[in-house]
Amino acid sequence: MAKTILFIEDESALQKTFGEILSQEEYQMISALDGEIGLRMAKEKKPDLILLDLILPKINGFDVLKKLKEENGTKDIPVIVLTNLERIEDVERALELGAKTYLVKTSYSLEEVLEKIKKALDE
Amino acid sequence: MALKKICDQLNLVKQCQKYELSLWQCPQFLFLVMGAVIFFSTLAIYIIGSRYIEEPLLVALMVLLTSAILFIIASIIIRSFERLAETNRMKSEFVNIVSHQLRSPLSNLKWAIELLMSGRISSISEKQAEYFKILKENSVRMGELVSDLLTVSRIEQGKFPLKKEKIYLQDLIEKTIKETEIFAKASNVEIKFNSEDNLPQIIIDPNQIRLVIVNLSENAIRYINKEGRVEISLKKKNDNLYLEVKDNGIGIPKDDQKYIFQKFFRSGNVKKHQTEGSGLGLYIAKSIIEKSGGKIGFYSQEKKGSTFWFTLPIK
Repeated sequence: MAKTILFIEDESALQKTFGEILSQEEYQMISALDGEIGLRMAKEKKPDLILLDLILPKINGFDVLKKLKEENGTKDIPVIVLTNLERIEDVERALELGAKTYLVKTSYSLEEVLEKIKKALDE
Repeated sequence: MALKKICDQLNLVKQCQKYELSLWQCPQFLFLVMGAVIFFSTLAIYIIGSRYIEEPLLVALMVLLTSAILFIIASIIIRSFERLAETNRMKSEFVNIVSHQLRSPLSNLKWAIELLMSGRISSISEKQAEYFKILKENSVRMGELVSDLLTVSRIEQGKFPLKKEKIYLQDLIEKTIKETEIFAKASNVEIKFNSEDNLPQIIIDPNQIRLVIVNLSENAIRYINKEGRVEISLKKKNDNLYLEVKDNGIGIPKDDQKYIFQKFFRSGNVKKHQTEGSGLGLYIAKSIIEKSGGKIGFYSQEKKGSTFWFTLPIK
């Protein structure tokens, strides 16, 4: 069965780009455009991996991450943070909250992000 | 030349226009007024005091009045300083917000272009690929510019924490050279690195120092005409590690040399030679090195090449 990836990101352009490339790699991507929907979908669909932006409407990414890790049903799902925040404090905070990988959007190419996703799913 | 500079500094109206403040809000002008008030009132008190010595109340009143005036002027000066500081803070914050807002569309753009270029959607012709490459390079360039602007605004807001790690600088340099090697090869430039043996470890922020080395070596590569050579050397000098990046590039004209570490400054011969570059790299490099307790400098001769160096304290 195809692995499911939940992408919590408010930029629909990015949703589209990732939807395309992930479906080509035969993953199933489900998308959430804000933190609230993202949390709900994580609980309901139990994806194999979560891609999470930090600046999100309604509930911000840090809080989403915290709630995901508090909940029994979702705490074991690996989370890759994909964001434009690059301050050391933000990176450290996200990793402390339990993010598996922290990627700054402008510093990674699409293929590099794809590699990280594959790696996280293989483990 | 020097005389003109002194005159310019004495020309208060011009100075105040620079801050975009009116004369009565300009600290320099207010200081001058305060000085004049102090001088003349002291003189007046002296004269009155010596003439009407039998009426001490009058003298006391004069002193009281003078201090009241001085107090008012001083408070206006402080307020105008606050205004200047506030304007500066707003400017930095503005840059910060704008840069962050710019980054989202930029990453959308970059990744969409990459998806098109990858041929995953449909195969692309050679000519299309050429133009995609231009699109991609420019989106990357804009991304770098935004990052530089963010760094500068953080430096100016004083929000620029440095991590501290104990490392061997030579290892960091070797790693950094490997990263810039592709760029060097594409520009027909050879990078050579030699280091003294048995250098001690130093405590620095590796990411930031890496950024400085990247900036200096990319500048060296960028400003070499045709083919050339960049020599990087590391040695111990007194209580510092001393790193030098030497190129045989176009050099910096003498008149431009004193401005080279200024924000947004780009030398005239560089602009003719290269369109890329924001004029922020050396400003950032200087801030990082100075914050790490070191010094940075250069010597250069036009058409012969430049040598940039920096030091980092061992202890």
